[in-house]
Amino acid sequence: MPDATGLELLAKELRESEDVGARAILGTLHFRGRATLEVAPDNIRAVLASLRERGYTSMMSVHGVDYYPHEPRLGVHYELLDMSSVDRMTVVLRVSTDEPVLDSVTPDGEDGRGWPTADHQEREIYDMFGVVFRGHPDLRRILMPEDYEGHPQRRDFPVGGEPVIFTHNEGESHGVTR
Amino acid sequence: MTAGQMSEYRRREESITLSVVGEQPAEDTHEELLTLNFGPHHPATHGVLRLLVTLQGEVVRSIKPVIGYVHTGIEKTAEDKAYWKVIPVVERMDYLSYYFNAMAFCGAVETLAEVEVPKRAQYLRVIHLELNRIASHLIWLGTSALDLGAVSIFLYCLRERELILDLFEMSSGARMHTRYFQVGGVIEDIPAGFVEKARAFTKVMPGRADQYGAILNANQIILERLRGTCAVDADTLLSLGVTGPLLRAAGNPWDLRKAAPYSSYDDFDFKIPVGTVGDNYDRFAVRVAEIYESVKIIDQALDGLPEGPHITTDRKIALPPRHELATSMEALIHHFKLVTEGFRVPPGEVYYPIESPRGELACFVRSDGSSKPARVHMRDPSFVNLQALSHMAEGSYIADMIATLAMLDPILGGIDR
Repeated sequence: MPDATGLELLAKELRESEDVGARAILGTLHFRGRATLEVAPDNIRAVLASLRERGYTSMMSVHGVDYYPHEPRLGVHYELLDMSSVDRMTVVLRVSTDEPVLDSVTPDGEDGRGWPTADHQEREIYDMFGVVFRGHPDLRRILMPEDYEGHPQRRDFPVGGEPVIFTHNEGESHGVTR
Repeated sequence: MTAGQMSEYRRREESITLSVVGEQPAEDTHEELLTLNFGPHHPATHGVLRLLVTLQGEVVRSIKPVIGYVHTGIEKTAEDKAYWKVIPVVERMDYLSYYFNAMAFCGAVETLAEVEVPKRAQYLRVIHLELNRIASHLIWLGTSALDLGAVSIFLYCLRERELILDLFEMSSGARMHTRYFQVGGVIEDIPAGFVEKARAFTKVMPGRADQYGAILNANQIILERLRGTCAVDADTLLSLGVTGPLLRAAGNPWDLRKAAPYSSYDDFDFKIPVGTVGDNYDRFAVRVAEIYESVKIIDQALDGLPEGPHITTDRKIALPPRHELATSMEALIHHFKLVTEGFRVPPGEVYYPIESPRGELACFVRSDGSSKPARVHMRDPSFVNLQALSHMAEGSYIADMIATLAMLDPILGGIDR
């Protein structure tokens, strides 16, 4: 992990670079040895591309978080890894539930490179949190059934919100007929 | 053979003519595409995996995995449970490597709560993790060989796995999903006789692995189906996020036990088996070679097993010993607090990666300061590695796809969570 100073230097470098810009980096956090860079949703592809130039060439994980009750509620985390110097970096962005749209990092960008590993993981975030990834090649639900309504990993989605259908209550659940 | 000698069945069979069936097939049948639904209930899919395979003759043109059949919402369930009650549910994700799931989760919570794990507990964890790695590889080897037509090896593999499950039963009382790892250490010290039994196992296991090698490496069908099939280079695999034996088979020696040691892995001397070309044979050979290395680690951990507590002495995290409850009011209060509310964890987020038998297994935990996690996410290696299947098997024959799927070692419990 870059230490706290290294993270600040990297953030400064990104703010001053042409392809990322000062407004893209919203903040930094160094917590329990984990370096986190908070970025604006619109700039995610540019930030990841320039981090790739700086050695973070592997994307190990993409996952969603619901920060309810804090706004903007939905977070997307990108875990980057630099294998040669064994260094990790987390890039975090936040979008609101009203307009949960951001660019997908899966397809190839202008530089001809994308992050194909994000394919299934972005689908999972779409499925579980309802974040829409613009430009994703195949944005469908992945774990829940295709006709499912709602995004179960959101914090306001109840546990056990899935009614079990018996004969006596079959009329109560919509969309289910015999 | 004259008509008089034919059985009734053969006569009817001969009498069938295709001329009345309808249109003749397309001129060039080699150009025709066939979409085949493969699974979800098919013995070669190693679980409830469904593949939509487009075939041109015998050649696979595209593969679309359809998953979610065993999605049980474990990540959602975990948000509704106290931290220590999450351990049993996350263990059930990747059901062949339950110790690894527990390790990733406990490690994440320990990092958040800044709990120091005693050395003895770290060694006990390593022993169980490596035993579990062997058990997981044995199931993989047995079922994969079964897919490739070698039936007897399955029985041998399960025979050795039984020895490992006996050891798990000895230390925790359960053979699978043991809940042995706790936040701060392990739930109980190993009983008398465990070390001897574990040594007896590590003594026989390398010889048994030699036998598997002798059986399979002399099996021409296996060799012909594995060698040179469905190779993918390391760069492509990395861009797809593939880790573990699949990446090492392609020649990249990335192993978190060496690269970023956790739980005292840096104390042990072991090698990382790597392949050369990354074909199915390399994937097979790397995993078999890992069995020997795991045995070496277990032996060293048993030799160097330090004395001391098996779980942290921090009473805010770990239960006090049973005998203290009768004499100490404070212990009783701690016990009551832990089993009712559970312990609270400082707010924050961590991502804790470990090397599971299938690659980087990482647990992301977000705490909001309460006694229940606000988010638990498992970066399961099977889920990510599955994306590589189409890159491996497209353009090869459908029989090679079966071999590739076996060598991919996907665990659907981990994929669907």
